Amino acid sequence: MEAGTATPAASGAPALGAARRRYGEDLVKALLVLAALVSVLTTTGIVISLLSETIVFFRDIPILDYLFGTRWSPLFEPGSFGVLPLVSGTFLITGIAMLVAAPLGLGAAIYLSEYAHPRTRKAVKPVLELLAGIPTIVFGYFALTFFTPEILRDLLGMKVSIFNALAAGIVMGFMIIPTIASISEDSLAAVPGSLREGAFGLGASRLQVSLRVVFPAALSGVVAAIVLGVSRAIGETMIVLVAAGQVPNLTADARKPVETMTTFIGATAKGDLPTGSTEYKTIFAVGTTLFVITLVMNALSIRFVRKYRQVYE
Amino acid sequence: MSAHGQAIGPASPSRRLKDLAFRAAMLSCLGVAVLLLAVLIIDVAVDGVGHLSVDLIMNDPSASADKAGIQPALWGTIYLMAVCVFFIVPVGVATAVYLEEYADATRWWNRLIEINIQNLAAVPSIVYGILGLAFLVRGPLSLGQVVLAGGLTLGLLVLPVVIIAGREAIRAVPSSIREGSMALGATQWQTIWRQVLPASVPGIATGVILALARAIGETAPLIVIGAATFITFNPEGLGSAFTAMPIQIFDWISGRPSTPQNDFRPLAAAAILVLLMLLMSMNAAAIWLRNRYEQKW
Repeated sequence: MEAGTATPAASGAPALGAARRRYGEDLVKALLVLAALVSVLTTTGIVISLLSETIVFFRDIPILDYLFGTRWSPLFEPGSFGVLPLVSGTFLITGIAMLVAAPLGLGAAIYLSEYAHPRTRKAVKPVLELLAGIPTIVFGYFALTFFTPEILRDLLGMKVSIFNALAAGIVMGFMIIPTIASISEDSLAAVPGSLREGAFGLGASRLQVSLRVVFPAALSGVVAAIVLGVSRAIGETMIVLVAAGQVPNLTADARKPVETMTTFIGATAKGDLPTGSTEYKTIFAVGTTLFVITLVMNALSIRFVRKYRQVYE
Repeated sequence: MSAHGQAIGPASPSRRLKDLAFRAAMLSCLGVAVLLLAVLIIDVAVDGVGHLSVDLIMNDPSASADKAGIQPALWGTIYLMAVCVFFIVPVGVATAVYLEEYADATRWWNRLIEINIQNLAAVPSIVYGILGLAFLVRGPLSLGQVVLAGGLTLGLLVLPVVIIAGREAIRAVPSSIREGSMALGATQWQTIWRQVLPASVPGIATGVILALARAIGETAPLIVIGAATFITFNPEGLGSAFTAMPIQIFDWISGRPSTPQNDFRPLAAAAILVLLMLLMSMNAAAIWLRNRYEQKW
């Protein structure tokens, strides 16, 4: 840190007395404000780009047909634009993923925060964070070339299609475990030790301390971690694009292929879509639906955290 | 608490057993999680290690799996990351400096910026692809399906990561440093430029590397903006068509028919290994930076 020890004596001016107006300072501040506006403009850009095409889309397709229609075949003539199969596909896979990720992630977090030696914890946390950064296309590859043929078909003898919701959902769960484990471990570890010691002093076992003292106290953080997991699952593209198929099925049968909102966007947008064509507009309508759903999830999580956050000292 | 009846005296065996069972269950959650991810990496390594060679890195993609390689994809990724760095470093650091050093957090517009950044971090990556398609590739900027558009799309996607890391690094510089500098007559900007920023470089650099590590594996936004899948030349500049590592991997998994005679999937696994190695070295660099230069005040 050479610069850290440099003396600012070069500026030389008397330290006291009325400072003249420094236009350089104002200019710098203006530039910084401009930079901060980039992120606001990003949001504005997302909303404008989604809405402008979506509004045009709803001029052709009645909004109720879109929201409650049960057939999705936008690329055929005449097209059918009921988004429910895509939404059901998304939530089916999200549900499977969370059934895997929530218990395993929380269990891992409880072990790390309440049982593990600090040294173990210090070693495992960075590994979890590293695993959380594996590109999702890798999980897609794993689901398609290993999990479906080797585990589901050969090991468990299930009759699944090569593209199916089950493998995509379970493997997506694997992907989300590190995120949930890492974030909920942070909030479990933030519960003050005095609470644990008080409970131990009253004779509680470690099991009771974990489940009845620490867990409730960290609930807001744990719920936030799970909601974040859900919104990652809803927005995840590559696993489902590679492994879940592209058949808009309104079904709860996870052995079949399904299409999610993200799959549709990813599969349709590649290639050169003419601007203004129905396919092009459909991408934006589905994108808006996806955006609104994740926005609602995020708002719920912020509210939940505010409502139940415990502040210690 | 129902436990106060047994506050004194040794724990009953059944209680101990329950406790032990719970501990074992929690440990196995952690074990299963780590094991699953280990299986994933081993599976990819077993599939791909046979194709890991100089040829893979030097060759162009090809319709024949024996000759296909990732050179254009690797260069495309390097170009994308370069654009990304030149975008996220100035914009991200400036935003962080503004929010930490200048912004009055009680003003609604500053709070708006903060909430906005939180929200952006939760927007699915494919939506950034839609933004890139509508604003950068077509629409107002109409750059076309080129390196610049791809790099900027990824840059916007990971900008919140840099901002959040930058703010933490700046916040960690104690205010006594600022006060000392100001007392010697430095202006606010002189203080930031010569004292605060140099002291927060390690934290900021770590954030930038982690942001790039996220950007390098992002596939969905590039698919949406229309990165090409079959490109046999390296990008020549910002206005050049491009492909990238994750796009090439996706194409080899799903884009072309894999027959037993001409199987591209092991190639995909090998390319994944290259990508993972890049990722690991970036993460290692971030961890090294954090440990080496972390300052305790």
